[in-house]
Amino acid sequence: MKNRWIALYVENEVGVLAKVSGLFSGKSYNLQSLTVGTTEDETVSRMTICVTSDDITFEQIKKQLNRMVEVIKVIDLTNVPLHMKEILFAKILNCSPVDKVDAFQIAQVFDVQVADIGKDSVLLECKLTERRNNELIDLLKNRFKTIEVVRGGAVAIESISTSCR
Amino acid sequence: MDITGRKLFLKALSEENVDTIFAYPGGMVTDLLDELYKQEDIRLILPRHEQGLIHMAEGYAKSTGKVGVCLVTSGPGATNTITGLADAHYDSIPLVCFTGQVPLSLIGNDAFQEVDIVGMTRGITKYSVTVRDRKELGKIIKMAFHIACTGRPGPVLIDLPKDIQTQSGDSQYPDSVNIRGYKPNESVHVGQLKKAYKLLKSAKKPLILAGGGINIGKAGNELLKFIEATKVPVVTTVMGKGAVCSDHPYYIGNSGMHGRYAANMAVAACDVLFSIGTRFNDRITGDLNEFAPNAKIVHIDIDTASISRNVVVDVPIVSDAGLALEKLNEWAEPQETAEWLAEIRRWDQENPLEMRRDRGMTPQMIMEAIDRAFPSGIVTTDVGQHQMWATQYLKSAGSGRFITSGGLGTMGFGFPAAVGAKIGNPMEPVVCITGDGGFQMNMQEMATAIAEGAPVVICLFNNQYLGMVRQMQQLFYGKRYEATCLRRRKDCPPNCKGPQEACPPYVPDFLQFAKAYGAHGIRVTEETEILPALEEAKSYMDAPTIIEFIISSDELVLPMVKGGNPMSEMILK
Repeated sequence: MKNRWIALYVENEVGVLAKVSGLFSGKSYNLQSLTVGTTEDETVSRMTICVTSDDITFEQIKKQLNRMVEVIKVIDLTNVPLHMKEILFAKILNCSPVDKVDAFQIAQVFDVQVADIGKDSVLLECKLTERRNNELIDLLKNRFKTIEVVRGGAVAIESISTSCR
Repeated sequence: MDITGRKLFLKALSEENVDTIFAYPGGMVTDLLDELYKQEDIRLILPRHEQGLIHMAEGYAKSTGKVGVCLVTSGPGATNTITGLADAHYDSIPLVCFTGQVPLSLIGNDAFQEVDIVGMTRGITKYSVTVRDRKELGKIIKMAFHIACTGRPGPVLIDLPKDIQTQSGDSQYPDSVNIRGYKPNESVHVGQLKKAYKLLKSAKKPLILAGGGINIGKAGNELLKFIEATKVPVVTTVMGKGAVCSDHPYYIGNSGMHGRYAANMAVAACDVLFSIGTRFNDRITGDLNEFAPNAKIVHIDIDTASISRNVVVDVPIVSDAGLALEKLNEWAEPQETAEWLAEIRRWDQENPLEMRRDRGMTPQMIMEAIDRAFPSGIVTTDVGQHQMWATQYLKSAGSGRFITSGGLGTMGFGFPAAVGAKIGNPMEPVVCITGDGGFQMNMQEMATAIAEGAPVVICLFNNQYLGMVRQMQQLFYGKRYEATCLRRRKDCPPNCKGPQEACPPYVPDFLQFAKAYGAHGIRVTEETEILPALEEAKSYMDAPTIIEFIISSDELVLPMVKGGNPMSEMILK
């Protein structure tokens, strides 16, 4: 069992997201994250999907996706060099002045932006890899009493090959 | 010139050469019905329940090779088709099902008879879509027919909001459609096929497993050529029954949960399993770890997702069965299988497929008589013991002529499917083999059979029980017959172990039922009455005949493999 990544091109139509996510629940596939947005062609959406599965199940997932009429293309990103980022907002609440200093230091170390600040709160805006975001959340949870987190799920795109540079 | 959606609907049907539509009215399809009223080319069949309707369309589609077209209203009309859609999805039956829908502006309001039928059927249709723009209507109907009958066939649902039906728009119905996400495989990888054939040639104990894909792909003749050229024995799945004629010397029988002893032993012992058009359903494999343990497996199937899902195979080939066999037949040459065939025959002699003949009428006798009375024609079955006896003992049904609910196992399928088959094939005899339980699930369709002049012969096996589950209770649950006795009434003793003299009478009286509809009814209790009853039924051209065969309650379907056990561990007695 390991995490695997798929980029999925689908028709930008009503119900396609439900159909794709329904496949995962209906067949008990272990979906970790799914993001979706339109592409440069507004009739096409691109999903970035992360699943945890063994090899055989993963092959089956790709086949099942491929046979959906609304699916245009399935790309396996598991062993492909890629750029992947996830957007995450973390609000730190009930901050003391010391907490605020710490929050700023953490922001600096993790290379994330301080998007807003209040009397006793700090808002961090992060565009990191999923794993780095996980680490950040762990750290914030340990250090501060009250945090509020929202994350968008990862989006990924294949790297530009060195031969194309 | 612009035309209304309802006019385009009719134009689409006629361009698709639809000659029969199975329709049940309701508030959201009245415009479409009004359009159908104005024409004479398409025959409208009015079943008595939407579940009966869709099984009828399945029987029609399976027996004619055409797309079965359904029209039902929104809400309950649509939800009543769900079982049939799932059935068609599992058994790869091409259907296009139009469901009425409330006007676009009302969708989401919990309007009267509004349901999200597309959402409900996504997982059990090949494609399911709401028409949200009148401009798209022609394209969507074209897509639906294309998707339903290409690749691995299946049901497509089109949800038609009321306002789309009445709105004016483009009058064109496209000749063709290009769907970028749907490109069914139309070729075969010759390299893989060569590899597969080489494997088969190297085998000492080769075996072909023929599934429903052979019948759907009309590949029976190619398969026959292949077997005769290579001398490799064949077993079939339930859906593959009829792929090879039953008395062919290389045909062993059905394999699987209620397969023939020799067939299951052959699967267990073979060294190359050459499977075509099957998805290795659990009823075929049993315990996956013990399935064909010595065999290299070749898997030819049109559906990529069927390959290496249940059983990991050595040579996967994505192809239509007929196409692959045609290519294979170019190379096919005889193999040394005499010894292997002899081994299989020995198994058959050890444990032949045979029911007792010492007392009373057995299902085997009935099947044999059906073979004699109806040497050709279409046979449909319902689901349960009678279905398994039919797959075991019936010989006559040829490729594509045996219509049964294999994947979903839908009780209530058999009778409406028979009516649909008869409507599609008025000149052919149609026999429905059914049980007393399953028949009652859709027996309202007797009215349709009468109204449409579909004189099917209903062979109703009445054992007074829901026999298949009763059999499990008898074998594995200490004869605790909970919820399976159909004679049981509220005053019966709680721990009843089986029928006795004092049991309340069976309801309904099927002969009275037949009479109430103007159909014929014959009750058969003795072996000598079987054939005369069938001959009598055959002579009635005006209305269906119910032949009620009163069979013993404790008749079992044997052999049997307990669910999850290896296929070689069969209960034989």
